[in-house]
Amino acid sequence: MKDLLRVEAVSKHFGGIKALTDVSFTVRKGEIFGVIGPNGAGKTTLFNALTGLYQPDSGAIELDGVSLYRRKPHQILKTGFARTFQNIRLFHNMTALENVMVGRHTRTTSGVLAALLHTAHNRKEERDCAAYAMQLLNRVGIGKHAHSLAKNLSYGDQRRLEIARALASEPKLLALDEPAAGMNPNEKNALRELMVSLRSEGLTLMLIEHDVKLVMGICDRLVVLDYGEKIAEGTPETVRHDPKVIAAYLGAEVAA
Amino acid sequence: MNVLEALRSKVWLSAGLLLIGLLLLPFLVEAGLGKSWVRILDFALLYIMLALGLNIVVGYAGLLDLGYVAFYAVGAYCWALLASPHFGLNLPFWMILPMGAALAALFGVLLGAPTLRLRGDYLAIVTLGFGEIIRIFMNNLNSPVNITNGPQGITQIEPVSLFGFSLGKTQEVFGLTLSSPHLYYYLFLVCVALVVFVSMRLENSRIGRAWVAIREDEMAAAASGINTRNVKLLAFAMGATFGGLSGGLFASFQGFVSPESFNLMESIMILAMIVLGGMGNIWGVILGAILVTMIPEALRYTGDLQRALFGQVYVDPADLRMLLFGIALVLMMIFRPAGLLPSKQRKRELAEEAP
Repeated sequence: MKDLLRVEAVSKHFGGIKALTDVSFTVRKGEIFGVIGPNGAGKTTLFNALTGLYQPDSGAIELDGVSLYRRKPHQILKTGFARTFQNIRLFHNMTALENVMVGRHTRTTSGVLAALLHTAHNRKEERDCAAYAMQLLNRVGIGKHAHSLAKNLSYGDQRRLEIARALASEPKLLALDEPAAGMNPNEKNALRELMVSLRSEGLTLMLIEHDVKLVMGICDRLVVLDYGEKIAEGTPETVRHDPKVIAAYLGAEVAA
Repeated sequence: MNVLEALRSKVWLSAGLLLIGLLLLPFLVEAGLGKSWVRILDFALLYIMLALGLNIVVGYAGLLDLGYVAFYAVGAYCWALLASPHFGLNLPFWMILPMGAALAALFGVLLGAPTLRLRGDYLAIVTLGFGEIIRIFMNNLNSPVNITNGPQGITQIEPVSLFGFSLGKTQEVFGLTLSSPHLYYYLFLVCVALVVFVSMRLENSRIGRAWVAIREDEMAAAASGINTRNVKLLAFAMGATFGGLSGGLFASFQGFVSPESFNLMESIMILAMIVLGGMGNIWGVILGAILVTMIPEALRYTGDLQRALFGQVYVDPADLRMLLFGIALVLMMIFRPAGLLPSKQRKRELAEEAP
């Protein structure tokens, strides 16, 4: 399988705290790639460094041959790397539909002049954008809430809306930061089905998740972080039996 | 005739009635309230333009700008310098007005660029400083080279003139005698219509959504592919353009500009208009601008009222009107915190909760 994302020796520190130290791994096209680790291991920092919200101190990041190192978030999104947030970050006072339409910002072009003149191109683009957004809302199963404000959606629906917004940019790689957090078993199942069906359509997914059952069941490969360093990488089966991983989760004595 | 057609003809009918009402308004106001109120009406229209401009920056993009009056000043001085005996220039208005608006837009970007990383209170402080800097510049640019004529201001500014038809003096039009404030009323009405049109089109556009997205969550907006730097600068520039436009119109209408007209209180008043009316909602902002311009004028009559009631004036109407205005604002914030006409999002929210 071809490599899609190549992360090489990425480091990030905040003052004296080393949040990430020389983290390297590759994500292959069409897989679901898990990022796990105990609390504070640097998982979200890794996502932020990859998607441009933090500037990494050193290293190399490439998506499909294009360097993402120290690019701005909107540039990274445009190259095809979309993400969701651990603590849901929606545009609360916009409708669900508008949220997804914002997600299509980089795939649309109308500027001020086009909007003022309502050019034929602009009208068509707006129509297509709304239709595409509606389709995505239906896809994640919240089409009936299209005209509700994002803040009025239930917790699980907000998570799904965030995924729809990320999908609107037509990414090659979608990074989900704890998408199942706070979901009930039914919602988790629906999420799992969604991820599997997205993979079957050729999308590559990265996943930070604490629900071990979900991660082990769905991920093709994983990387395990602890104290900002990679301690293991491989299939769920190999990672599960890695003594370093067991030590990180359960303490050194158990592993020994 | 089906329902839709009936509805459409109804819309056209009410639009037509509104237009006739707006055209007749200065005559009704003059007959009912006196000549001075036509001028007040003109100012209300100017403030509508200003408020709609600030609404783009504060209401849509969520960037609290307390120095907005600076752009008004830039537009006004641009006109004053290019169409007055001060430099002996008299350029036609169709040249100055776009120049003033463009210059204001440039100042908008100049203010926006260094403040891109700031939000909320911090941005408010910096913009407040910017507004004061512009005013103090105008106040002191009379030496060593006299550019702005300092605190004395610039006088004898040319009125708007179209093919020799000056709006600065009383004119006969179709047998009607129209004084200068009447003539300006119609010019301002056209400009307000233009500004409303631009606001409406932008509100429901890709750019408008990007502005609101930045207001709601800047980090998520960036992660959704919005170039937050450019889109914020665009908001500053668009808002400033409206400010510059109304500034130019103000200078020509007033015939006189001085730094005093562009103090911090003006910025606060414009902000009060959009907060009072309903931030982010065009019609709310218009209503807010009208009320904030009209109420203090109406409260001038409290002097007459006192004289009628007590035989003498106990409280100076000028003091009283600010007091009453302040109370009105406080009450508004208690009972209608989202403004008189809340933005459509708020309305949708209420509609959802109802059933």
